[in-house]
Amino acid sequence: MGADQPGDRKRPVKSASKSMTDQNSSLSHLELETPEKPFLDSNELVINMGPQHPATHGVLRVILRLDGEKVLGLECVIGYLHRGVEKIGEHRTYTMFNPYVDRMDYVAAVSNGLGYCETVEKLLNVEAPPRAQHVRVILTELNRIASHQLWLGTHALDIGAITPLFYTFRDREEILKIYEKYCGARLTTHAFRIGGLQYETYTGFEKEVKNFLNFFRPKIDEYEELLTTNRIWVERTKNVGTISAQDCIALGVTGPVLRASGVKWDLRKAQPYANYKNFDFEIPIGQNGDTYDRYLVRMAEMRQSVRIIEQAVDALPEGPIIAKVPKVMKPAAGEVYHSIEAPKGELGYFIVSDGSTQPYRVRVRPPSFVNLQALDLMCRGQLVADVIAVIGTLDIVLGEVDR
Amino acid sequence: MVAKFKGTCGSGITPLTYAGQDYMVVDRSLIPEILQVLRNEEQFDYCVDITAVHYPKREKQFDVVWVLYSFARNERVRVSTQILDGESLPSSVPIWAGANWLEREVFDMFGIKFDGHPDMKRILLPDGWKGHPLRKDYGILQQDNEWVQINLGIESGQ
Repeated sequence: MGADQPGDRKRPVKSASKSMTDQNSSLSHLELETPEKPFLDSNELVINMGPQHPATHGVLRVILRLDGEKVLGLECVIGYLHRGVEKIGEHRTYTMFNPYVDRMDYVAAVSNGLGYCETVEKLLNVEAPPRAQHVRVILTELNRIASHQLWLGTHALDIGAITPLFYTFRDREEILKIYEKYCGARLTTHAFRIGGLQYETYTGFEKEVKNFLNFFRPKIDEYEELLTTNRIWVERTKNVGTISAQDCIALGVTGPVLRASGVKWDLRKAQPYANYKNFDFEIPIGQNGDTYDRYLVRMAEMRQSVRIIEQAVDALPEGPIIAKVPKVMKPAAGEVYHSIEAPKGELGYFIVSDGSTQPYRVRVRPPSFVNLQALDLMCRGQLVADVIAVIGTLDIVLGEVDR
Repeated sequence: MVAKFKGTCGSGITPLTYAGQDYMVVDRSLIPEILQVLRNEEQFDYCVDITAVHYPKREKQFDVVWVLYSFARNERVRVSTQILDGESLPSSVPIWAGANWLEREVFDMFGIKFDGHPDMKRILLPDGWKGHPLRKDYGILQQDNEWVQINLGIESGQ
């Protein structure tokens, strides 16, 4: 191999990268990292994936730099779904902004609402009454199950297994029915209010939730039967998109992805909010930090959620559902950061109050946005087909990434 | 912990508590050192969030806020500093790799630059976007109106 050959090989890459992307976008990040030794008889190729792609779970654009089928690096282009949620927050009262947060992670709207309501409650220095706390836990954990079901169905579909999608959507329907009966909405529920709940649970709520749990418990086994020992599934997920605990922490990755890498950290246990400290549950963790472990962790999390809901329904106390909150909310000037364990990881709200009826600044720390940063690292050295698996296993929702 | 810093750094640090949460307001000049010490000596190994707040009436217009968490201590701390409009900050990507996109978002939304960042460009908004939307003096309708004026020849799209 002549000394000038690597240089010759680089040239088509640059021209390809320019023609594949729009002129404004710079590929500095990709161009910076040229491999020291090019592969024998191979050409590097820059390929654009998305934003309209069925396996990117929304409008995510990924610019891949490939060597044959091998991924050398990638860059995410995001923002296609940016709606300026944080700016909207500055122009709405605390109460008016509440439904907007549901539109971020729209498959786990209840979790978003819980985080926002609790943060404002901290600013107002009020606490939701015990009954409200219990109902909040029940609905949030149901939401975690629903979110994981949607993840499982679409993730398996991306990898090529169609059946789990029908199973999970069939069972998720039961959760959405409970939401619909409780507050009239299925997805963007706006279930919680600052200070507690607006609606008392409907007649037969406890029974229906319990029926769901009894119905759902064997269904998790059913999902596992389809996939856990399925040879194709195992081959497609084991040792794919591996990330170490150290890298997770450095990149700020949280949620099931962090736990699958072996870090036993869950905000529900580490810094309990709502009334999670009253419930008995475990934090499932993985060892290898690969796609298969993340699958196992999320499956185990669904079982733990069932456990929590069961305890919460059994111990549902009587009493008021909303604390005394002023009709016109004017929290004293100050700033508060509060975060909860959303199905995707740490969901934080940083709210600055200037003493008026509108928040001076609302900052949302979305788990998907920060987790997506790890995509580049996780995909390096993998095959193109594995990029799909890794995007699926990160469980991103673009509504939350872009806000 | 904040008291310990107060001993070494003196008047540059003001420890504060609001609603049971500790945070410290640090002088701009001490920021690189403080962040480094928090990461290396105080075990704040997880950079949760970086964000900013705009106060147009103040001389130092921006508050930049770091939210840090330590797995070993199970503790959260917020560090904030005040900077002038146009002033830049040292990037914390060498300290926490995860700061990359967070700093890009702060740049995108507020126009605050981070020196030494590997890829300082917009992240959520398109590259050709004018202005930084989360500044308080940003005209929300300006982009919309400009577009309809140029493309449709009407005064306002509203």
